[in-house]
Amino acid sequence: MITFLFFLPFLLGFVVIGVYGERKIAAFIQNRLGPMEVGPKGILQTIADLLKMLQKEDILPKAADGKLFLAAPLVIFAAVFAGYAVLPLTEGVAGAGVAAGLFFLLAIVSLDVLGILMAGWGSNNKFALFGAMRSVAQIISYEVPLGLSILGVVMISQTLDLQEMTINQGILTAQPIYLFGIKSLGLEVGHIGGFLSWNVVQSPILIVSFVIFFIAGLAEANRTPFDLPESESELIGGYHTEYSGFRWGLFMLAEYGMMLLISFLGAILFFGGWNTPLPNIGTLALADWTTGLWWGGFWLIGKAMVLIFVMMWVRWTYPRLRVDQLMDLSWKYLTPIAVIVLFICGVWRLWMI
Amino acid sequence: MRSVEALDDMSTYARNIGQAIKTLSEGLKLTFKYLLQARKSREPIGVEDPNYFKKEEGTVTLQYPYEAIPVPDTGRYRLHNEIDDCIVCDKCAKVCPVDCIDIEPIKSAEEIGKTSDGTPKRLYAAKFDIDMAKCCFCGLCTTVCPTECLTMTKVYDFSEYDVRDHNYVFAEMTPLEILTKQKAYEEHQAKKEAEKAKTSSVSKPVTRPEAKVTETTAPSEATPVKPKFRPKPMTKKPTVSDEQQKTGEGAEKPVKAEETESTSPAKPKPKFRPKPTIKQASTSDEKKESNEIPKPKPVFKPKPMIKRKPKDE
Ligand code: SF4
Ligand code: SF4
Repeated sequence: MITFLFFLPFLLGFVVIGVYGERKIAAFIQNRLGPMEVGPKGILQTIADLLKMLQKEDILPKAADGKLFLAAPLVIFAAVFAGYAVLPLTEGVAGAGVAAGLFFLLAIVSLDVLGILMAGWGSNNKFALFGAMRSVAQIISYEVPLGLSILGVVMISQTLDLQEMTINQGILTAQPIYLFGIKSLGLEVGHIGGFLSWNVVQSPILIVSFVIFFIAGLAEANRTPFDLPESESELIGGYHTEYSGFRWGLFMLAEYGMMLLISFLGAILFFGGWNTPLPNIGTLALADWTTGLWWGGFWLIGKAMVLIFVMMWVRWTYPRLRVDQLMDLSWKYLTPIAVIVLFICGVWRLWMI
Repeated sequence: MRSVEALDDMSTYARNIGQAIKTLSEGLKLTFKYLLQARKSREPIGVEDPNYFKKEEGTVTLQYPYEAIPVPDTGRYRLHNEIDDCIVCDKCAKVCPVDCIDIEPIKSAEEIGKTSDGTPKRLYAAKFDIDMAKCCFCGLCTTVCPTECLTMTKVYDFSEYDVRDHNYVFAEMTPLEILTKQKAYEEHQAKKEAEKAKTSSVSKPVTRPEAKVTETTAPSEATPVKPKFRPKPMTKKPTVSDEQQKTGEGAEKPVKAEETESTSPAKPKPKFRPKPTIKQASTSDEKKESNEIPKPKPVFKPKPMIKRKPKDE
């Protein structure tokens, strides 16, 4: 309940800031200035856009399948937002304490596909249907490497509960943590904490896992370079071509919500969740000082924001992939590598830790 | 054999991955560099500035209404006419390739003043409009202007909500002034005619050209849209006819006969007709022996006529 009360307004606020940030980053990368008119440095631009969007007419195309069309944005947003239920926000605040939280998250987020297909089919529009088909093909394909890369983390941390997983990556853990996860080195870093106890440091092979997770996550969120379902230049926006006003806004919200969810998940799985990156160094107990209720939230959101920035940076760097390239990447490269990494993770867990 | 192929495949596979990582990281580095450079920004400096071509980093956007690259003082954009210096010679209107200058002169009996460079002014500008929406900013009008009153200024931002606002009016006369000046000139003309009629009632050939002039001007006075062309024939014809009076009186006669014939049936046409006939006359029989000077003038005159015909027909 706490997470619900926190995440819903947070998500809305994030979308406002995120859109602004994205436009600014895009502009700076392209030697432009971005929004500058509304408010100082254009800060209020997104709010102005939002107000405009809310005033727009809610159009229901004549030939559309009314029920599907109207329900689709809600389904998409609900599916994405349900994922937030299991995220551990900070020390002791974890929303639904589901033992199989990670599994639930992956499952519920996949429902997203259903909403997209509903939107594409319900619009009764070629382009929307094209977009929806692509989206379904893409999301289902990328679910495989995504799941495999996450499975590696699950193997290392031996749990599906995200809160427990987070605790195991910091100074609050009950288990011993060895440097790079190698027991034979005999360096116990559990009490040092900081970045040394993060999953990516506990078992360095997870870096590869993280890259795969990140790429697959981008594809799941339909972000460039994997935004084929939307691809404005070919499909005029894909599955949300026919939407306007608030319903279109929900799509936008869902997209940014998905981005944020992937970023949170990446931070929790690989970078210690709400744990501080600062280690205890001798008497300088930085980790102890920067661990707490508010610090936890700060670190988690901070890490998520860094990942969001990387997503935007990637988006404005790479061009969109072709459909065959997209499938190539998923099935020929990411999936096999993810399987290999998974295997190494298992071996690491058995022999090293 | 098969193992070699498989090995080959594996190496291309690995190479692909390596290449992808390399190129992708290169791309990210490049965009990050630009992201950092965005802290700098281009300043609105003019082309005279030695640094104009040196600012290669940072954002290039200029927020136009707030900042603008200064244009040189010699910038050639919007036209300006210093109407006090304009002698209403109509040259600019003639040379303009898009016909966007619209001049309506009123003749005056005497010199009405001098321009700042001492050229006497003999015409009032009842109308001097330049339609900037049509203007192609070729600058031809400014080069032909004899008094250099028509110039291009450095003002380049003069967008309007209504295209009609692009018509710039430079004439400063009020309708009342226009009317009085017109009347004054007509009166003057009438007086002059009367005088002439008095003095030259003895010799026939002299009155005839006079009659011709009144005939041609009559329709154009009724329709004051065309007076643009009036000044030319008016000012020049007397010179022609004067010279002709002195030199070839006999040669004039057949011309007159032709004219009266042609003018009587169709009223609007006589304006054009007389000239070709003059030209014919002058080229055919008259000017062989004596006058070479007036000849180019009648030849020059028909030109605007040729231009005009397609408009009327
Ligand atoms: S600049 Fe060229 S187009 Fe414009 S008014 Fe002068 S002659 Fe005509
Ligand atoms: S050329 Fe110059 S002097 Fe002649 S009418 Fe045009 S602006 Fe006036």
